[in-house]
Amino acid sequence: MKVLVAVKRVVDYNVKVRPKSDGTDVDLNNVKMAINPFCEIAVEEAVRLKEKGVATEVIAVSIGPKVAQEQIRTALALGADRGILVESDAEIQPLAAAKLLKAIVDKEQPQLVILGKQAIDGDNNQTGQMLAALAGLPQGTFASEVGVEGEQVSVTREIDGGLQTVKLNLPAVVTTDLRLNEPRYASLPNIMKAKKKPLDTLTPDELGVDVAPRLKTLKVEPPAERQAGIKVADVAELVAKLKNEAKVI
Amino acid sequence: MSILVLAEHDNASIKGATLNTVAAAKAIGGDIAVLVAGEGCGAAAEAAAKIDGVSKVLVADNAAYGHQLAENVSLLIAEVGKDYGHILAPATTTGKNTLPRVAALLDVAQISEITSVESADTFQRPIYAGNVIATVQSSDAIKVITVRTTAFDAVAAEGGSAAVEAVGAAHDAGTSSWVGEELAKSDRPELTAADIVISGGRGMQNGDNFSMLYALADKLGAAVGASRAAVDAGFVPNDMQVGQTGKIVAPNLYVAVGISGAIQHLAGMKDSKVIVAINKDEDAPIFQVADYGLVADLFEAVPELDKAL
Ligand SMILES: Cc1cc2nc3c(=O)[nH]c(=O)nc-3n(C[C@H](O)[C@H](O)[C@H](O)COP(=O)(O)OP(=O)(O)OC[C@H]3O[C@@H](n4cnc5c(N)ncnc54)[C@H](O)[C@@H]3O)c2cc1C
Ligand SMILES: Cc1cc2nc3c(=O)[nH]c(=O)nc-3n(C[C@H](O)[C@H](O)[C@H](O)COP(=O)(O)OP(=O)(O)OC[C@H]3O[C@@H](n4cnc5c(N)ncnc54)[C@H](O)[C@@H]3O)c2cc1C
Repeated sequence: MKVLVAVKRVVDYNVKVRPKSDGTDVDLNNVKMAINPFCEIAVEEAVRLKEKGVATEVIAVSIGPKVAQEQIRTALALGADRGILVESDAEIQPLAAAKLLKAIVDKEQPQLVILGKQAIDGDNNQTGQMLAALAGLPQGTFASEVGVEGEQVSVTREIDGGLQTVKLNLPAVVTTDLRLNEPRYASLPNIMKAKKKPLDTLTPDELGVDVAPRLKTLKVEPPAERQAGIKVADVAELVAKLKNEAKVI
Repeated sequence: MSILVLAEHDNASIKGATLNTVAAAKAIGGDIAVLVAGEGCGAAAEAAAKIDGVSKVLVADNAAYGHQLAENVSLLIAEVGKDYGHILAPATTTGKNTLPRVAALLDVAQISEITSVESADTFQRPIYAGNVIATVQSSDAIKVITVRTTAFDAVAAEGGSAAVEAVGAAHDAGTSSWVGEELAKSDRPELTAADIVISGGRGMQNGDNFSMLYALADKLGAAVGASRAAVDAGFVPNDMQVGQTGKIVAPNLYVAVGISGAIQHLAGMKDSKVIVAINKDEDAPIFQVADYGLVADLFEAVPELDKAL
């Protein structure tokens, strides 16, 4: 079966992002970009399915500017077979991303689509669920375990109270949580090989999708800064402060 | 304009997160209806009718909604919700699972985890692990919103007397089924609702050492949380993770024990009223947000603290 993986180009998770001083946007000049960590986990899961003989082909899709090819190449180096870039310089919000992915799903007919549960820039946690709704597919979100069993996939989900297991008919959509797997590092030979793997480029127009944003960002600002407090000398002072000054115990 | 709030419940009772979500609905302004979708959920519906500020409770009691499967519940909400101006759910794993599906079915955007209501169409929400607060305006006819519960003070659970009505046909997409659940059982308060939270990190070294934190928590009536590193290492289960990709907490007192203070962890706790950090590394970033920092070996400090209380 074919597995489709969505990979998003985002700011590296170590970068502390700040708003521009005029509050119109975040300052992403010269910051390190990377594949969204949850998407890396999605690629790893798909590649493992291929190694187990469950998946026959892994296709990595990204939506974004031309440079998002870099993240597709990363996915190819990790073991994906081919890539599709939906090229757009516009701000793609989750509903638009889901519609573009739905158009690719219609073309490619994968049995399983794996996405990250959230992108660490927008923190929206929407795209997978929206894709599943648009394609009329079942979803296993926040997955910590995925097992394909014949025409079904069993997904263990990280929920507020603990863990939940659901069974979904294939085709299905899965979104990854942190503990699904630990992604491998791409080896140098695999990085070289990835350069030769096919990568097609499409546009939202070619896919017939209107990507006009529905939400307008009016301004961005830093959160209220927390002042560092004091260091206490010992446990006795800590307890005294909590009782008499902060009055929280 | 009226507002539809999706109740978080376990069929027998209403979860606290619903009360914070109703508070956000009140901030938007308008008639508030609460939708209780479940199986054998009459008791939860009755409880919902008592929530302060709710004018109507809609109950969809059907086997298809028993385990809140998103495939089924989203069809129901999209049907019931199309006549409302706003559809709100708490940003719990249930709300996050279901509401984007509803938004897609209605062909509208979802506004995730709002922390403030500026007007009926304009909201604030944190992005980039809470390092940036964005003010966003929606141009959609129906605003589909998840609510960060810690940002809104709960309304009273009692005092209302809303009418209860049955709604909606059964929607069973027939594509998914519930197999089972492993729920953590604990007599301690819920992490997201506790007044005091004590969290342990990689510095705890193993799961057994967390018993020190449990003992402390029981003295203080606190909940116990953890960093991702502690969860990944298998010290404690996933439902205890606090952070950007775990639970968001904002208690009166947050005690971080053996936690370095990575931005992804801070994203989940930096709105706590008072923060205490116990860490042996005086340069640990957690001290930059702590009101009271204690540079000490936790294996000495925690037992001492336990004795002092
Ligand atoms: C002020 C401001 C300005 C912004 N400007 C821009 C801009 O100019 N350009 C821009 O692109 N974004 C911009 N964004 C970010 C953009 O709004 C969000 O990234 C977008 O809404 C998508 O949300 P998400 O990635 O959090 O989705 P989520 O729903 O959290 O994503 C979940 C998963 O969906 C998949 N996915 C999502 N998007 C893609 C994608 N593009 N390609 C492949 N897979 C994907 C991935 O698997 C991902 O893990 C801006 C945000 C703000 C606040
Ligand atoms: C996409 C993504 C999402 C993430 N989401 C989250 C999230 O939701 N929540 C989260 O917490 N993290 C998250 N992380 C991980 C985060 O980046 C950090 O790795 C993690 O928070 C570190 O946990 P820690 O502080 O327990 O461990 P460490 O960083 O290893 O810190 C351990 C601390 O314990 C102290 N210590 C050790 N021994 C003792 C002792 N005997 N006495 C006192 N102090 C001691 C050390 O000085 C150190 O400061 C995420 C990361 C990524 C990439």
